[in-house]
Amino acid sequence: MIEPVSIQKGLDIYAIRQQFPILTREVKGKPLIYFDNAATSQKPRVVIDALVHYYTHYNANVHRGIHTLAEEATQAMEKSRDAAKEYINAESREQIIFTRGTTEGINLVAYTWGRQNIKAGDEIIISSLEHHSNIVPWQILCEEKGASLKIIPISDKGELLIHEYKSLLGPKTKLVAVNHASNALGTINPVKEIVEAAHGVGAVVLIDGAQSAVHLDIDVQDMDCDFFVLSSHKMYGPTGVGVLYGKEKLLEAMPPFQGGGEMIKEVTFEKTTYNDLPYKYEAGTPNIADIIAFKAAVEFLNQLGKANIRKHEEELLKYATKKLKEIPGLRIIGEADEKLSVISFVVDGLHPQDIGILLDNRGIAVRTGHHCTQPLMNCFGISGTVRASFAVYNTEEEIDELVIGLQKAIKMLL
Amino acid sequence: MSDYKTIEEIEQEIVEEFSLFDSWDDKYEYIIDLGKKLAPLDNKYKMDENRVRGCQSTVYLVSDYKDGKVYYKAESDAVIVKGLISMLIRVLSGQKPDNIVNATLNFIKEIGMMTHLAQTRSNGLLAMVKQMKNFALAYKIKNTETV
Repeated sequence: MIEPVSIQKGLDIYAIRQQFPILTREVKGKPLIYFDNAATSQKPRVVIDALVHYYTHYNANVHRGIHTLAEEATQAMEKSRDAAKEYINAESREQIIFTRGTTEGINLVAYTWGRQNIKAGDEIIISSLEHHSNIVPWQILCEEKGASLKIIPISDKGELLIHEYKSLLGPKTKLVAVNHASNALGTINPVKEIVEAAHGVGAVVLIDGAQSAVHLDIDVQDMDCDFFVLSSHKMYGPTGVGVLYGKEKLLEAMPPFQGGGEMIKEVTFEKTTYNDLPYKYEAGTPNIADIIAFKAAVEFLNQLGKANIRKHEEELLKYATKKLKEIPGLRIIGEADEKLSVISFVVDGLHPQDIGILLDNRGIAVRTGHHCTQPLMNCFGISGTVRASFAVYNTEEEIDELVIGLQKAIKMLL
Repeated sequence: MSDYKTIEEIEQEIVEEFSLFDSWDDKYEYIIDLGKKLAPLDNKYKMDENRVRGCQSTVYLVSDYKDGKVYYKAESDAVIVKGLISMLIRVLSGQKPDNIVNATLNFIKEIGMMTHLAQTRSNGLLAMVKQMKNFALAYKIKNTETV
């Protein structure tokens, strides 16, 4: 078992680990070491309990029921909206749209705002660091409308070249869609500067917060972005829930995404009027249980405090970077000055998949491959990396195990 | 022809070989060793149409049909996958199309590879098996048509 560590550093990591039931399990006969947090984080007991409690005590469809269970479920779901509003400091709760996740949030904007506002000859700017989910919806839109996609290049360290970005901006730029932080490299982007420059040419900005929302303080008003999207499951919350934040004026003007129940005010066969925000974009029965449990995850994060979490994760990143660099032939991909607790690396002459399989044999979960960022991998002339991404429950002892596992794997493979 | 072994016989050999290993570290050592020893595939075969889809690594697989039997050659840029290919080739190469199509390949489960490796699509083991069987099926159909 991994023993207590870093108690003196602010958070009692051992106590935190005890809140995650999955961390007591074994994989391949060894204690699980979970370093795939950028893909999805594990869930604390409070989140699991919230799910069980909902289904055990007040499962009901929301918003229109007059009975007690429906009222309780509706209240709990709407409290989650309030929690999300506070978490990202949105102006109002009506600007919090629940989605299935970041991917759906981006697609919602592409299919509604995008179809209404993008025309032939327009330009959409994304970056080399984007996840496929922040590339493909815009490619589809551009193809349909005859618009074009412009790409912000990156430096060898994996940082956006902001000067190049500014030179891409112009009167044709209608949208800038970039991530707050890169899933593959961990690079944290200067989103405030990006937004300000885009607004200078009248463009709308969407920030993909899938990676950042769990690690960084999110203040959409300070960022001044027009859209912000995130996923609950990367924030210790359940899968199948995401948030789309939008500026009220934009959300009011956009056409609906999907038609159905919940999103209407009045329906006749001749004409339908749409519901007010946020329900206009929430057609059908929402993912009630997971939305409710998402609030438990937000409270868990708030309770630990982002600053404390970040401090611990930064220490892990620093420690892991130092240790991994000592391994001969290992090359870290992405060395931005501002980074999340993500380390992507390759080992000369070895395939990431082989390393991943041998680490799994020691109970260590990492991700290997292109991380849904094939264009980014092409920038570095590689087909993929091994990625270790850390969460609040990870420890330096686990990183030591990773190093031992890597040394052993390299010895076996070379 | 006296050294001809059926698919089941070869599978049994592999199962017995694996039973000698105490740990998965040893099994992986063995698979990696097989991978390192796998004869390289001629570069002329390394084209997109010979790629096996569904693998995280790049896998090329080609087949040949001679005297009623199917012969396979393959390569990957990942060494563990190469080791798996090597075992599949040992079991299936030189067998009749019908036997390949109907092979249950229980050895994969019996040596514990199913729980260890085959649970995700990324390692491509199942994709390779499918592709090998597809080749055999194609030869089988072609045979029936020409007869």
